[in-house]
Amino acid sequence: MTATTLTASDAAAAPAERTLPLKTRLQRAERRKKLLHLALIAPLAVFLLLTFLWPIGALLKRSVDNPEVIGGLPATAAALEHWNGQGLPPASALAVFVKEMEGARGSTELASAAKRLNTEMTGYRSLIMKTARSLPLPDGSNLQEGLAAIDPRWSEPRTWQVMASAGQPYTSYYLLAALDHAVDADGAIVAATEDQAIYLDVLGRTFWMSLVVTLCCLVLGFPLAYLLTSLPTRSSNLLMILVLLPFWTSILVRVASWIVLLQSGGLVNQALQALGLIDEPLQLVFNRLGVYIAMTHILLPFMILPLYSVMKGISPIYLRAAQSLGCPPFQSFWKVYFPQTLPGVFAGSLLVFILSMGYYITPALLGGPQEQMASYFIAFYTNETINWGMAAALSTVLLGATLLLYVVYSRYAGQGRNAAKAR
Amino acid sequence: MLQAYASPLERTWFYAHRVIAGLILLFLILPILVIVPLSFNSDSFLMYPMAGASLRWYEEIIGSDVWRNALLNSLIVSPAATLLAVVLGTLASIGLVRSDFPGKALLTAILISPMVVPVVIVGVAMYLFFAPLGLAGSYTGLILAHAVLGVPFVITTVTATLQGFDYNLVRAAASLGANPVLTFFRVTLPLVAPGIVSGGLFAFATSFDEVVVTLFLASPGQATLPRQMFAGIRENISPAIAAVATILIVLSTLMLLTLEWLRQRSEKLRTGKSR
Repeated sequence: MTATTLTASDAAAAPAERTLPLKTRLQRAERRKKLLHLALIAPLAVFLLLTFLWPIGALLKRSVDNPEVIGGLPATAAALEHWNGQGLPPASALAVFVKEMEGARGSTELASAAKRLNTEMTGYRSLIMKTARSLPLPDGSNLQEGLAAIDPRWSEPRTWQVMASAGQPYTSYYLLAALDHAVDADGAIVAATEDQAIYLDVLGRTFWMSLVVTLCCLVLGFPLAYLLTSLPTRSSNLLMILVLLPFWTSILVRVASWIVLLQSGGLVNQALQALGLIDEPLQLVFNRLGVYIAMTHILLPFMILPLYSVMKGISPIYLRAAQSLGCPPFQSFWKVYFPQTLPGVFAGSLLVFILSMGYYITPALLGGPQEQMASYFIAFYTNETINWGMAAALSTVLLGATLLLYVVYSRYAGQGRNAAKAR
Repeated sequence: MLQAYASPLERTWFYAHRVIAGLILLFLILPILVIVPLSFNSDSFLMYPMAGASLRWYEEIIGSDVWRNALLNSLIVSPAATLLAVVLGTLASIGLVRSDFPGKALLTAILISPMVVPVVIVGVAMYLFFAPLGLAGSYTGLILAHAVLGVPFVITTVTATLQGFDYNLVRAAASLGANPVLTFFRVTLPLVAPGIVSGGLFAFATSFDEVVVTLFLASPGQATLPRQMFAGIRENISPAIAAVATILIVLSTLMLLTLEWLRQRSEKLRTGKSR
């Protein structure tokens, strides 16, 4: 279609151009064609840049942004820039601080600066509030002594060092916190204290749950994909509809169904009790098991489709050749057939793993607090505690892990994906 | 297929495999089969055995302002997002398939990356970016966000269709005297349209099922159907939810059948024979 228009424009080319050497004309036509194709891609590229890439970039930048102290005490932050960090800051910097504190008393900016300082050093918030209340200092008094009289902590270098470092435009605080680390008084990176070290646990849980779901999908998806390949087209098309129907059904519909099925009076418990396998209903939902079952159900088609498309391309002749050469059936399956399915196994597993790492809805509706994955905490810090730095840092870590896997995926499994999506 | 000379062990394994695969298919389809009858329950419990049949839950959702409003919101957002995704995605796919330049693989990977970026991150990023622009809590913001999420599906389906498109057909049409416009409408479009429609169906389904980004971006009055279901499941899961679910299942079945029909039709067109 595009080339059609090109042929037309070529035919209508000015006669003057006809006199040019063929090579030049060809080059021009090629260049025009290339520009046209880029012009076709451009609208989408610009659209995604403005509505997707830019917002995500801005979010990632928030994970190193440090706006609170600069916003609450800008002149002090600037004055401390010139301080070498040894002993106490010069009197000029103290004067700037005292003057600024007097002016900022009661402002929301000062409150958020104090909150930010408190994350670096416990007790800083009350120190700031107390100092702001006690100012101004009596006329003509020594600034250093006056501040020390309000609170002795003002004569400790550590207090000012924290203020100076929190007054930097960028911070590694949130990213380190997302990996359960922090910068200590000497500027060294150390492991966070036990009550603050929760994020590695969350990330580990996200990885572990994704891994379990991926393995469940592989174990269930492989035999089914194999059956679909070995059946005649008509029946395999029919069964494929049974695979695709859940794929097309709303995730919320499926989550609701699983609650109905797995609840204590649900069909699964009723069936198990009727079979005499259990006496009391089992707790199957609102725990880890329920999340695993529903996530496996939701992601299974993403495993089956790439597996199917790879298996479809494997000629049955190899298997027959192996058997005719005397290889026992199971061994020929394992040594001849299975290795050929590996591209599909990798493509499907990576896809399922990548998708499950970002899951939010299913754990939120079917799990307890112990089942919440990284996404839940990102949403939590955005909506509940309005700690955007922490939400951004966790996003950075999760996105980093996802993109790393996505690079591997698109390098090794690009073909399988296209085939699967084309269905 | 089972050969006539298969050993007893192979026979056992053959049938065991079929039984296992059948159970897996049951696992896939069971949740959909279970919820449909419960929407006709006369009782207010989502449990079997059912007390009796009634249409009261359908009456309830049809009469409810909340659900009607949710449906209306979905019908505003999803078609608009689909249209945007299909137009932008199709143009870009044509450009991608017919050209070759350094960095093309990278550009393609970026264009389909909304499919893999965790959707919560997309939601938070868009919320923080759209809020100062006044786009959070607006239909425009929701439509833009849903279009972003639908674009990758349009690109993957349309590029796959275009890659299978035999360009000789266009040349043949031209050599037989058809002008480019005629060729486009009589040769190219009928062959490529199924791919574009499939991509559009994928994009529509993505938007129609989207809840996470909507949670961040939509104002309370803009709750879409899935957003309303999310709230319903969280607060009090009643047969009304099952009734909405049944309607959604009917809708997704229709979309799936359309897609299968398109796929078979395009295969027939391409290979020139019926199966």
